[in-house]
Amino acid sequence: MSDTILVSIIMTLVAASTPILLAALGELVVEKSGVLNLGVEGMMLTGAVAGFAVSLTTGSLALGLVAAVLAGIATAMVFAVLTLSLTANQVATGLALTIFGIGASSLIGAGFVGRTITRLGPIFPAALSEHPGLRAIFGHDIVVYLSLALVAGVSWFLRSTRPGLILRAVGENDASAHAIGYPVIAIRYGAIAFGGALAGLGGAYFSLALTPMWADRLTAGRGWIALALVVFAAWKPGRLLLGAYLFGAVMTFELQAKAAGISWLAPEVLAMAPYLATIAVLTMMSLGRKTGRLDAPACLGKPFSAS
Amino acid sequence: MLEWRRRREPSKAMLYLSPLIAIALTMLTGTIVFTAMGYDGLTAVYDFFLLPLLEPQRWPDLGVKAAPLVMIALGLAIGFRANVWNIGAEGQYVMGAIAGTGVALATYDMTGWWILPAMALAGVLGGMAWAAIPALLRTKLQVSEILTSLMLTYVAIQALYYLVRGPWKDPDGFNFPQTRMFTPDQTLPAMTEGSLVHLGIPLALVIAVIAWLVMEKTTAGFAVKVVGLAPAAARHGGFSAERTTWLTLLTGGGLAGLAGLFEAAGPFGQLTPQFPVGYGFTAIIVAFLGRLHPLGIVFGGIVLAATYVGGEVAQTTVKLPQAATGMFQALLLFFLLATNVLITYRIGLKARPA
Repeated sequence: MSDTILVSIIMTLVAASTPILLAALGELVVEKSGVLNLGVEGMMLTGAVAGFAVSLTTGSLALGLVAAVLAGIATAMVFAVLTLSLTANQVATGLALTIFGIGASSLIGAGFVGRTITRLGPIFPAALSEHPGLRAIFGHDIVVYLSLALVAGVSWFLRSTRPGLILRAVGENDASAHAIGYPVIAIRYGAIAFGGALAGLGGAYFSLALTPMWADRLTAGRGWIALALVVFAAWKPGRLLLGAYLFGAVMTFELQAKAAGISWLAPEVLAMAPYLATIAVLTMMSLGRKTGRLDAPACLGKPFSAS
Repeated sequence: MLEWRRRREPSKAMLYLSPLIAIALTMLTGTIVFTAMGYDGLTAVYDFFLLPLLEPQRWPDLGVKAAPLVMIALGLAIGFRANVWNIGAEGQYVMGAIAGTGVALATYDMTGWWILPAMALAGVLGGMAWAAIPALLRTKLQVSEILTSLMLTYVAIQALYYLVRGPWKDPDGFNFPQTRMFTPDQTLPAMTEGSLVHLGIPLALVIAVIAWLVMEKTTAGFAVKVVGLAPAAARHGGFSAERTTWLTLLTGGGLAGLAGLFEAAGPFGQLTPQFPVGYGFTAIIVAFLGRLHPLGIVFGGIVLAATYVGGEVAQTTVKLPQAATGMFQALLLFFLLATNVLITYRIGLKARPA
């Protein structure tokens, strides 16, 4: 295999992994606080459409990314109010969020179908980003480096900081955390907002970097794969990085196989690959352990009310 | 200041009123949102929710769309009661249609009354088989049925694409990606000559009554509710959570599969790539709107069917994009979940601090 093909595979792999890495990292923090938000796909879609709409109208990709983050947070807040303040069922509300995201994004995006923008480019100067030997390291856009920095940041935050410890305590035992005076609901609001921000950013990566044009349901279920990744990573940011790049590899294989025109494998079968891989991974995770709950935070998905 | 106060016991009145409040809030929000987006919001909301119910000539179409929603939601609701979150009904619906179509393609040059029942049986089994995968993984390995059932939806849809573009493509179909048209013996009979109303509509009602009887009058129905409400008590009472998971997933898959076959052998008359329209996801809203109660689900199915029929009307009257239907449906689910709080809490005046 020549160098250029290898580099192009690396570039595709990193690009394919980044949005699920971002979304999954956000969800990891949410779940660490004891909340299960199944609406990742919906938040990604509102982020994707907001990012695209703002970039297209203002001509600024930076503003687009900011809009995507804000849209993700706004969508996540609907979930937070319903589940935290109105004690609605988390599973049902998360599903509602996804249905909402699909509807809202395709309604807002209806006027943008097929429109294109200039995609997010590498941040390093051409001498580095176009250099055949260094492109694999310096040829990425800002979101890729940001996602890697965020993995390190979240890992450090959860492991070594006091607020991180409190967030984990809230997820492991909300009643005790409340009893010693931590504001359980406020902390969960914060975690959900963070999850929304990263899901929005991940969604915008689809519409601004991967396929710089608008199409309905652009994220094609990647939000659900992000949810599965959190389980795969056993709620550890480092393993999340590994998992996201593994999934990126599966998706790269799909794209490369399509590009290479492999005819003995139907394109539909290739398109099934990420979903089948997700099921396989979830199954293997469970096979490897004797306890049923894996390493999930003890209060995951359970409603909390102070009174 | 206002505050939430917990009621001494859940309000019966709110149990029935809150879905209606949710519908009213959805209509209000819809008017505001669509007016803000530059459409005629009032007409849009009227067309969406009321016109399909008020104009008798739209009722057949309403029934055609309500039938699959009700059938799928009945199965899902039984699962939700037991805390089994099958959200992959869309995949089971598609698999049921695929299995039934397999029988249809194998019998296309035959005649006989038995063909349609055989297709229906295949549909049920196809949906059950697809739901059996999450059931097996959940009961044997504690893998979340939420994620597996959803992932399998994407797989089922790709399988459908593969079949209609490949091995099942109509040999006389000018290379269009679709199967042969079903023969009269393979098509659901219309209730009256030339009408849209097919056998699936009364059957959905019959299944709703059966589901109601099973849930209210049998031990199996009781077991499902106990497992959902009080897992520890269920274990003590000898109700197996594992058996309940299997039972609810297979019921949900079977009903979704049957609904899929009815849709293929009814309104579609063949399989095409346009077959999955999201009924499996909308049925989740139907189940909640119906308060997970079989008879409530019939009501919920009619309301959500109205948003499909009304969505088509609003496309022509106020040029609302088709996606608006999804928006309305999601808003409705949000308000349903939000108004749930009224069952256990009431709004009261906060006492002034002394």
